[in-house]
Amino acid sequence: MVSFSRRNLIRSTAALAAASALPMPAWARGQSLTHAKNGFGEVSGEDIRLAIGNHHFTTGSRSGHAVGVNGTVPGPLVRLREGQTARLQVTNNLDEDSSIHWHGLLLPFQFDGVPGVSFPGIKPGETFTYEFPVRQNGTYWWHSHSGLQEQAGHYGPIIIDSADPDPRYDRDYVVLLSEFTPMHPHEIMRKLKVGEHYFQRQMQTATEGDMSGEMRRMWSKMRMNPRDISDVTGNTYTFLINGHGPQDDLQLAFQPGERVRLRVINGSAMTFFNVRIPGVPMMVIQADGQDVDEVQVDEFQIGVAETYDVIVSPSNGSHAIVAEAMDRSGMGVASLTSHKGHRATPPPLREIPTLTMVDMGMMEHSGMAGKDSMGGMDHSMRDKSLVPGDVEVGAGVDMIAPMPMDRMDFPGLGLDKVPHRVLRYTDLKAKRMNPHRKVEREMEIHLTGNMERYMWSFDGKKFTAVTDDPIRFGYDERVRVKLVNQTMMAHPIHLHGHFFELVNGADHMHQPLKHTVIVQPGGTATFDLTANEPGDWAFHCHLLYHMHAGMMQVVTVRPFPEGDGA
Amino acid sequence: MIRAALLAASMLAATPLAAQPYRVQDDKPAAQPEMDHCAMGHLPPEKCLPKEEPQPAPEPEMDHCAMGHLPPEQCPPKDRQEEHEPTAGGMAGMDHGSHGGITDKSEPGAAPEEEIPARAFDGPRHAADAIWGSEAMEPSREQLARENGGMTTGMILVERLEARIPTDGGEDGYLWDAQGWYGGDINRLVLKTEGEGKLGCALEDAEIQALYSRAIGPFFDLQAGVRFDPEPDGRTHLVVGVQGLAPYMFHVDGALFLSDRGDLTARVEAEYDQKITRRLILQPRIEAEFAAQNIPEREIGAGITKVEPGLRLRYEIVPEFAPYIGIEYEAEVGETADIARANGEDPDGLKAVIGLRAWF
Repeated sequence: MVSFSRRNLIRSTAALAAASALPMPAWARGQSLTHAKNGFGEVSGEDIRLAIGNHHFTTGSRSGHAVGVNGTVPGPLVRLREGQTARLQVTNNLDEDSSIHWHGLLLPFQFDGVPGVSFPGIKPGETFTYEFPVRQNGTYWWHSHSGLQEQAGHYGPIIIDSADPDPRYDRDYVVLLSEFTPMHPHEIMRKLKVGEHYFQRQMQTATEGDMSGEMRRMWSKMRMNPRDISDVTGNTYTFLINGHGPQDDLQLAFQPGERVRLRVINGSAMTFFNVRIPGVPMMVIQADGQDVDEVQVDEFQIGVAETYDVIVSPSNGSHAIVAEAMDRSGMGVASLTSHKGHRATPPPLREIPTLTMVDMGMMEHSGMAGKDSMGGMDHSMRDKSLVPGDVEVGAGVDMIAPMPMDRMDFPGLGLDKVPHRVLRYTDLKAKRMNPHRKVEREMEIHLTGNMERYMWSFDGKKFTAVTDDPIRFGYDERVRVKLVNQTMMAHPIHLHGHFFELVNGADHMHQPLKHTVIVQPGGTATFDLTANEPGDWAFHCHLLYHMHAGMMQVVTVRPFPEGDGA
Repeated sequence: MIRAALLAASMLAATPLAAQPYRVQDDKPAAQPEMDHCAMGHLPPEKCLPKEEPQPAPEPEMDHCAMGHLPPEQCPPKDRQEEHEPTAGGMAGMDHGSHGGITDKSEPGAAPEEEIPARAFDGPRHAADAIWGSEAMEPSREQLARENGGMTTGMILVERLEARIPTDGGEDGYLWDAQGWYGGDINRLVLKTEGEGKLGCALEDAEIQALYSRAIGPFFDLQAGVRFDPEPDGRTHLVVGVQGLAPYMFHVDGALFLSDRGDLTARVEAEYDQKITRRLILQPRIEAEFAAQNIPEREIGAGITKVEPGLRLRYEIVPEFAPYIGIEYEAEVGETADIARANGEDPDGLKAVIGLRAWF
């Protein structure tokens, strides 16, 4: 009994993994792998070839298996030109199915790259050719939509150059944020399912945390944890900028006096980042690849799958580009420098934020609400009468926000009290006028979950329960969609193949266009959608393990107009 | 007497901070349905009116029709707009219970969610089948469902694997308490086993349960199945119980057992993890057993038969691997204690424990 060593435990874990019918892929059976290069090259032109393969990857002290494309992690920058026809031949050298989804691109649905929705997927050894006209410009990205390959490194940036040059900057860089973990993504998922809060090692303890005993008891009475900020953390993740960890000393050079455009892409699986360059204000010019009126900020929070383009005019010297994980468990760091070789010193990590009553969808001033109505709180935190009948309040729903409010003016967890300018959705205003359309139909989609069981869904129904019950839109229908977050996590919700307009208080013709919207904890976010891309599209939470747990739906747009699509 | 005091003391120690009743301040009124959101700063200033005018706030949106931005056919009739305005900004009558929340962004005149236009049902059920063929698509659709919500998994948790050293002398013992499960989110197969004995001697008690477990709420599972006790007497039981997370983060497990000889017994366990630091965790735990009737061959009397409060302090080297030390007070009570005394046995005792909590 005493000889129960850690080594034995590890060995038995591997044995269990082997026994529990997880087929061991070739790389895990000890075949040698080539090292993936950190960072990416560029592919462009009329005929682009991409090859997906297994690799080994190292950053700092962490190394492990990775899925690379053209031998790099992240995969190559796909540079397209507005107006061209993109032809992308993708070869799958893995021993499992793979795919590439072009995130944010408007294209015929059959080339959207979601196996089981848009196409059958790419079988091992096969080459699939994507071909579509490029109808837009801006900053986007691509990633696998098969299994959990995206976590393993199967993603990369896209830049589509505009026909008209933009005179506002002299130089541009991609700043692609992501994570690397030596842990197999399936093991991360299993740990999330079985070991509640496994990766969250910053919980409040008896000796840490400012929360009063009364508030702590209230949270534990509800069986909720106020430090559930991120499901997977720096405990296993190394945060990357362009494939480089903080110790890899990535430098982005500029000449003194230059205006630099940074194309910030959150290509991570699970991490919201707080992006700032201390001492250098950032002018936001695009959100999700779409032009917005310029707005000057000192920091912004970027949800998974979002992109922001900013222009900076740094003073002579070295400046740290800091991408701090929302839960402050680590950061990605690069130097923006005019002195080659000079490394900027990043600021220290800030303290982890703690959720508040507002994040539960309750009123602020918890003292007031807390003290008086705590007795009845159990009931009001999961009152089924507050949601429409099509929301299934079962084991997969641990909370119903008593009073969800629109939180588009919320800058993001942990950024509401910083002493500088932080971007909010309410700051975004489309630069070009959108066609005016009257809302024909309204709908509500409830984001639901159970943290303890790690179940996530829309309207209380996992994807497995609604495979035959898609969200249906008529072609060219204008629908106002309200997303109601009945959980205490922020969810980045992504609709494939479309841009929707955030109903953020901007006038009707200038609502900003986005492909991904963060719905803040216990709050709502509303968008207007003109469903003018016929076909079947995926709609899901872009937190990879939330999607994997079932937070996904298929959206259908019908019919195909004559001569289009099918 | 001493025993009663000891029992009370250790039960008190086992009561975590969180379970101690908090005082409800009754000098404040209960939460009102009609709060003043403006005074509380919940609303942007433009939506708040001066106090003396309890009127609807002005519509913040621009009127594109009046401004001539829109073709006339897209402008709703004037009366409908006016009809809408009071609900858009009116605070006085706001229903806080409704899921609409505070900021009303609903559009007047828009059809409700269910009124899906007929054309949305046109065309093939799966668009991709029209391009790639349903034969090619079907397997990928199945895989998609499997990968997005259809996951099955499992774990093994060794809750207690410990050596037990009686403080009043006597033989050292050992105990194990483990469970494992496999399945999806709702339906699972659960196996539980526990047992104990004296070091160097034969097993005294051992049981193994095989249960079907079904999630009946966000935090609780209903479990039913069989239990077999290889020791002491090879008895079989039917089991029905619940296991889950109670308010205040208590992990509880309670079950009824009906033996093949018709004896009904029950067992309840509860434990609580109090983080002292991020790795050091104090776990009060209590277990109680009950019998509906005397079971002479097991020296059990009807009523509460056994109470075991304990306190364990574990150090998580990693969450999966945590050695611990602790104390446990084990007491037979009521008639069962009388039977023990009549047999010349000591019905209670305090034990020091040292062991391991592990999962994988």
